[in-house]
Amino acid sequence: MIKVTIDNIPVEVEDGTTILQAARQIGGKVVPPAMCYYSKLKGSGGKCRTCLVKVAQGSAKDPRPMPKLVASCSTPVQDGMVVQNLTSPEVREARKAIVEFLLLNHPLDCPVCDQAGECDLQDLSFGYGMEETTTDFERREYPVIDIGDKIKLHMNRCILCYRCVYFADQLTDKRMHGVLFRGDVSEISTFVQNAVTNEFSGNVIDVCPVGALTDKTFRFKSRVWFLKPMNAHRECSICSGKVAAWMFGNEIYRITARKDEFGEVEEFICNECRFEKKELTDWVIEGPRHIKRQSVISANHYEERKEQSIIDPIAGTMTEVE
Amino acid sequence: MKNLTNRSKIVSNKQMNFWERIYIPAILNGMRITFGHLFRKKTTVQYPEVTREFSDVYRGKHVLKRDDEGRERCTACGLCAVACPAEAITMVAAERQPGEENLYREEKYAVVYEINMLRCIFCGDCEEACPKEAIFLTKEIVKSEYDRDKFIYGKDVLVEPADPAKRIDISKRQTPEVIEFKKNKKYKHNK
Repeated sequence: MIKVTIDNIPVEVEDGTTILQAARQIGGKVVPPAMCYYSKLKGSGGKCRTCLVKVAQGSAKDPRPMPKLVASCSTPVQDGMVVQNLTSPEVREARKAIVEFLLLNHPLDCPVCDQAGECDLQDLSFGYGMEETTTDFERREYPVIDIGDKIKLHMNRCILCYRCVYFADQLTDKRMHGVLFRGDVSEISTFVQNAVTNEFSGNVIDVCPVGALTDKTFRFKSRVWFLKPMNAHRECSICSGKVAAWMFGNEIYRITARKDEFGEVEEFICNECRFEKKELTDWVIEGPRHIKRQSVISANHYEERKEQSIIDPIAGTMTEVE
Repeated sequence: MKNLTNRSKIVSNKQMNFWERIYIPAILNGMRITFGHLFRKKTTVQYPEVTREFSDVYRGKHVLKRDDEGRERCTACGLCAVACPAEAITMVAAERQPGEENLYREEKYAVVYEINMLRCIFCGDCEEACPKEAIFLTKEIVKSEYDRDKFIYGKDVLVEPADPAKRIDISKRQTPEVIEFKKNKKYKHNK
C-alpha cells in the first residue's frame, strides 16, 4: 500500500494504481473527468487528455514536480505523490483548451442528439468550456450510417476515443468495426459497412461518451429527461439480465445497461435485452435508480433520501449528501 | 393589553348629536363623492371596439416560428418543456423524411406540440430556453372558450402561417445582444 495525496486528500492505494483510479477511490469532485478511459477496457485511455492533472511532488524519494501535466488515467502513483486536480488553476486552464480541441469538429446539434442530457462531452463543456468557438474552419462532415439494423453512427459527433473499438476487440469474439484512415480524417466504420451482428454489440452505445453511436430503436422517441430510469431485471440466458429501463408512465422507451457513478457500465447486457424486450411484462421492475441532483434528468424526479443532510451546529453549514 | 399593531381604533358609544342624527349631511357627502367620479377620466375601455395598447414584450399566446425559407424552426429538443414551471408543454418528435427538407429545418421535428393554455402561466421561460429561436410569446391574448379541451393548443394554432405576409413579427422581443449576435456571419447559425 502506498500513500498519495490528491487535492489535499490523502488516500492509500495498491501499488500500480493509476492516479485516476486513486482519485476514484476518494470519489466526489476530485475525480478527473475521463472521455476515453474506461476501467473495464484494457488499453483504453491516454487519448482525450481531459484527465490531465498536475503532479506537484513526484514521490517521497524524489520530491521534484513532474515537468508537464500528466494524463491521470495512465500514470501510476508513487509513494508520497502529491497530485493537484481542481486545486490547480493550470489544470483547469488546460482542460478548457482540451474541451475546445474536442469540440473542434463536434457539431452543435445537442437539440437533435439523443445523447443530450447524459452526454459526457456536454457535462465537460458545461464545466470547463468556453462560450464560443475561436476557429473559423468548417467542421468535418460525414453521412449518417447504420451499423447493423439497431445502431446508428453519427461520425460527425465522434471524438475518436476508441472505446467502442476496444470494446469490440475485447468483449465480443469477432471485431467487425474499427477506425479507418489516420489523423484528422480518421473515422469509425465497419468493414465496407458490414452489419455488426455480435450479440453484445449494442453495448458500444453505452460505452460511447458522446452521441456518435445511438440506439435506433430509441431514435428521437423522447428526451432522456422526460423518462424515469428504473432498475429492472429478467431471466436472460446470454447476459446477467440486470438493466436500467427508461420509462414514461408504464411504457418502456429504452433499455440501457446500469451505469455507476463514473458513467461506466456495471454489467454489459445483450442485444436481446436491449433492443427487443420493451414490454412491461418482460421485466421485473425493482425501483427507481438514483439520479444525481445536478443532472437535468433529475428535473421533477423525487426519490427517498437514505440519509438526511447533516447540519453542522457549530459551522451552521449543511453537508451535502449525494 | 399591548397592541400587536398600531392600527387598532378605539370605538366609542358616544350619542350622535342632532346634525348627525338627521343623516342629510352624510348623504350629501356620499353623493358628492359618487358624482365626483362621473367627471374623472374613465379607467375602462369599450372592448372589443377599443383595445388597449400592449407592450412590445407582452407575454400572450405562443407562436412557433418558421425560418426565412418557411421551414419550421422547432426541432423538438424538449428544453421548453423541461424549463416550463407549470408543465404545460408536451411534444412528440419524429425524424424528417427525405423530401421534407422544405418543411422542417433540422433532421428532427415535432409531430405533436401541445401547450395547455390553462396550465400556462405566461412566464416566458420557454422562449428563454429555446435554442432554435422557435417559440416566442406574442401580444395576442388567449381567447376564452366554453370547452376545456379547446385550451390545449396544438401545432395548427401555434405554428405561424407560411405566407410571408402573415408572419408574426417578434423582432421587438429580441434583446440588443441577440440582434447583435445575429449580425455576426461568422457563426453558422446566422448563415
